[in-house]
Amino acid sequence: MKLLAVLASGVELEVVETTSGLIGLAWLIPLVPLLGFVGVLLATRALADRAATIAMGAAALTFVLSAAVATTVILEPATYVRAMPTWIDVGGFTVTFELLIDQLTAVMLLVVTGVGLLVHVYSVGYMHGDSRYPRYFGYLNLFLASMLILVLGSNLLTLFLGWELVGLSSYLLIGFWFESRSNAAAAKKAFVTNRVGDVSFMVGMFLTFATFGTLDILDVVTDAEALASGTAFALVLLFLGGAVAKSAQIPLYVWLPDAMAGPTPVSALIHAATMVTAGVYLLVRLSPLLVVSVDAMEIIAWVGALTALFAALIAVRQDGIKEILAYSTISQLGFMFLAVGVGAFRESIFHLVTHAFFKGLLFLVAGSVMHAMANRTDIWQMGGLRKVMPVTFWTAAIGTAAIAGVPPLAGFFSKDQILTEAYFHGYGAIWIIGLVAAVLTAFYMSRWFILIFLGRPRYGEVVHPHESPPSMTVPLIVLAVLSAIGGLALNAVHTGPLYRFLEPTVGPIDQLGYEPVGPLEEAVLIPLAIVAAAVGILLAYLAYARRDVSSGRMSEPVSGVGAELMERRFFVDEAYEKVFTGAGGRVAQAMVWFDTRVIDGLVDGAGAVSVAIGRVGRRAQTGLVRSYVGVVLLGAIVLVGVLMAQVV
Amino acid sequence: MGWISITIALPLVGALVLAVAPELSARGVRAVGMGATVLTLLTSVALLTQFDLSEPGLQLLERFTWIPAIGADVALAVDGVSLLLILLTTLLTPLILFASWSSVTDRLRGYVAAFLVLEAAVIGVFASVDLLLFYVFFEFTLIPMYLIIGIWGGTLRRYAAVKFFLYTLLGGLLMLVAILYLFGQAGTFDYEAVRALELTITEQRWLFVAFALAFAVKVPLFPVHTWLPDAHTEAPTGGSVFLAGVLLKMGTFGLLRYALPIFPDATVEFAPWLLAISVVGILYGAVVALMQADIKRLIAYSSVSHMGFVVLGTFALNATATSASVIQMVNHGLSTGALFLLIGFLYERRHTRQIAAFGGLAKQVPVMAGLWLVVSMSSLALPGLNGFVGEFPILLGTFQENRTAGVLAAFGAVLAAVYLLWAYQRIFHGPLEGADNQNTVDLKPREIGVLTPIVVLIVAIGLYPQPMFDLVEPSVDRVLTEVGVSELEVEPAATTSEEG
Repeated sequence: MKLLAVLASGVELEVVETTSGLIGLAWLIPLVPLLGFVGVLLATRALADRAATIAMGAAALTFVLSAAVATTVILEPATYVRAMPTWIDVGGFTVTFELLIDQLTAVMLLVVTGVGLLVHVYSVGYMHGDSRYPRYFGYLNLFLASMLILVLGSNLLTLFLGWELVGLSSYLLIGFWFESRSNAAAAKKAFVTNRVGDVSFMVGMFLTFATFGTLDILDVVTDAEALASGTAFALVLLFLGGAVAKSAQIPLYVWLPDAMAGPTPVSALIHAATMVTAGVYLLVRLSPLLVVSVDAMEIIAWVGALTALFAALIAVRQDGIKEILAYSTISQLGFMFLAVGVGAFRESIFHLVTHAFFKGLLFLVAGSVMHAMANRTDIWQMGGLRKVMPVTFWTAAIGTAAIAGVPPLAGFFSKDQILTEAYFHGYGAIWIIGLVAAVLTAFYMSRWFILIFLGRPRYGEVVHPHESPPSMTVPLIVLAVLSAIGGLALNAVHTGPLYRFLEPTVGPIDQLGYEPVGPLEEAVLIPLAIVAAAVGILLAYLAYARRDVSSGRMSEPVSGVGAELMERRFFVDEAYEKVFTGAGGRVAQAMVWFDTRVIDGLVDGAGAVSVAIGRVGRRAQTGLVRSYVGVVLLGAIVLVGVLMAQVV
Repeated sequence: MGWISITIALPLVGALVLAVAPELSARGVRAVGMGATVLTLLTSVALLTQFDLSEPGLQLLERFTWIPAIGADVALAVDGVSLLLILLTTLLTPLILFASWSSVTDRLRGYVAAFLVLEAAVIGVFASVDLLLFYVFFEFTLIPMYLIIGIWGGTLRRYAAVKFFLYTLLGGLLMLVAILYLFGQAGTFDYEAVRALELTITEQRWLFVAFALAFAVKVPLFPVHTWLPDAHTEAPTGGSVFLAGVLLKMGTFGLLRYALPIFPDATVEFAPWLLAISVVGILYGAVVALMQADIKRLIAYSSVSHMGFVVLGTFALNATATSASVIQMVNHGLSTGALFLLIGFLYERRHTRQIAAFGGLAKQVPVMAGLWLVVSMSSLALPGLNGFVGEFPILLGTFQENRTAGVLAAFGAVLAAVYLLWAYQRIFHGPLEGADNQNTVDLKPREIGVLTPIVVLIVAIGLYPQPMFDLVEPSVDRVLTEVGVSELEVEPAATTSEEG
């Protein structure tokens, strides 16, 4: 059945409701890994190492299904709706498991299942010998299923179902090695921080229902235009509140660096390539609602820009191989939020895709290095790995160049397009912040790369690094190829194939009255972005490759209060700790005191009085129950007698 | 006799057998208990098959003359709400007896008999449609529960039992006075007759307060909740499960069955106050739970918080929220019941409930850890599990009627994650240190068997709650119509807002 829904500003959306063909089978996409999870978990002992095969098979099958569904959307572009059974229907509130499959879904399906499959393959080598090997693969399947529910849900509540289940998978995998107290604490911190955002997301849904009478995404985006701007402003900020938690933006980014406690392939898949981009996906999915409130969008842009800058500053002075990547991820997600905020919705998704390639790659590189270095993580104790790990080295070089914005690699195109859009849409300050963050990105990633792979070895005689097995290097090579050519192939020019493909799914910005910041054209802006990357790389080269770095972090070229602040992550964690655990704890203690002393004190006082009365009557030892029953019966008889006298 | 009276009679017959049978072995006592409760479960399912979903009112009425002089009958009937709660009761009772298979050996016959009597009394509470009969059942539940805590409880059992008793006695007597007043007005104790009464607003206010107070103690609502942590801590495992799983629901059931439809104007007038008390209870219970060192006390305070959601939904007087609050009664019974079962299994192994005594157990007892996590996730309302399909519609519906209450209550979700996951982290995560932790053994097949039906329901309800909604919604709508708010449907503002 074909329907036409009219989007805000008259863009017509072709909605095709179908239960046949490949789209009709789309419900298998999340179901296959879900069954993989259940199967593996129920038969952990019996399966042993075969669990990996089952989980990988499920990931491969769901990748093939996703590719087939995505191909259908590419060949016959439309917004497909696959009817599914009802989930909740009570008192006028109805939610079904219906699937929404459009161009944006197609892109997300490919990224999630593609990177997901590669991480499954990589994990076979990386996790080999772990005592909970089968369970690990079960959890990976659970994550995949959850993320696919998130991107396929046609209703905000089914999206939220996936949103929460990816949170559960993340909790399970961050705390996978729960024997360590800090890993367990990191898992809980991630879950609880995300719950804070969830409250905002939930209130957003309450207000959506109060406004539209439904949580169906297509209904919401088609009716969004008629919305009062105040309501739209509130709605967007509420959903933003959910997004900043999931996508680790200011002020709720603090869980992501700690989440590095999980196995490194998990960091690549969940905490870099896919789950953390869910906030960006949510905002772009709701972009027809966003465009109703340009004020709210500007707030999103500022959140993104400040996060991009702030996290990049921290990344500059971190020493852990994964911590640097974690802050880098926060910063890059900031670029995506910045893009959404300045109305560059498709550029944001473009960056989401390229970031999945190169950041997924960089994390897998980190895993390969840690695998080789007996799990050392301090980059000051590395160096010179170029010769012993050639494949890891070359793929790392491509990944680093891609994120730094070296043309013609993937990150160059996607980041540059975001910055030029910020300029053309009139956000001068944000454009400049973005450029500074781009310089910092090139700097800290080059520092990371130089200290790990170049120079002389600083790891001593104890460890004997070696190249990783093929199950790990093959995913590295695949992602390196994608990081190299992904940008060129997908969207080399601003209005490239990806941009045109995503057109029907995003909110129209032509009525927002954007004016460029100044007279500069792309011919100037693009070289400017290249200069930014070059400056960052050059500075890192001078600081770490041309100088003697053998004395560890004492070799940092700059010291002082600023550097100290960056190193200590601006003391944000400490401040949160003081407020929530310190002050919050005191409030809780006061409430416990109130409960035991005041409320219960009154009760005990009353109890003591009644016991005393009981003693006076010398009835206490006869048992409370008996006297109680007696009192009740006596009272009842008297009262009934009185009442009967009235009736009669 | 109809199915309802058979369902009430079966456990009583079991108790009678235990009372009169000479020389029963422990095995025999358990067999009688299991036999009676499983049969009761079956007859309650039979009740469900007799039930007409399209009929919102009370069904399957059975009436026996009781005290003709005052027009009090043994009148029994069910609507969707009471039927669901009866099913919850008849499901949990055999599981409780099965769970206590090895933990209770002292005066076993009395223990099993007490639970059988308790089960019958609670089913009676849910099925009575005569106010005097309801009152008798309602108060009678106290006695077996008092004995269960007082005889098979922990070291402070006497204190806890007396406190439990005094609290509920206070509320119960007030309600008796109110019931007798209603009798004076209607000339009968018949529920439908009383419900049809036209009471003045002043009468409604006084009577509503009397009923609401009795039920608030049972729920328990802040600030009359402090009996619950003590009762839970001192009760044996089965007692805690029954208390959290079923007995608390008598309070929320009572509010919905009696306070709302009999005193509709007072309900509307007092609803904002009850919403406020519920929100305070949700947040207060959660914060106090955070600070507990004893795992049972922690879950007891979490019950205060979770039952706050149920009352919130009830007094939102919204078709979505009020129906969901009934679903949430069942969800809370399942998830908190399962948590108390797990705590009991852990206690049997370790003889302590101090969270600080545990650590790193996930490595040693992976099955228990896994089930504990599933049940915790259910309790903190993770979507996909049962808690969410109750909690979310409650909050969504409440928000439509009272935005402040809806938003504030939503923060209970954050706090639930904090206290449940913090407890989980301290018990199951971290290094496995100390001989006690290293020697803790995992769940036995019987214990897994007790938890399996609950976990299956937790997942099944989470993904397919519709049968439950279909069961309760007509009955709830009937109540809301009586209160006069059922036409409060949500208007899509997109079509009504002009400024856009």
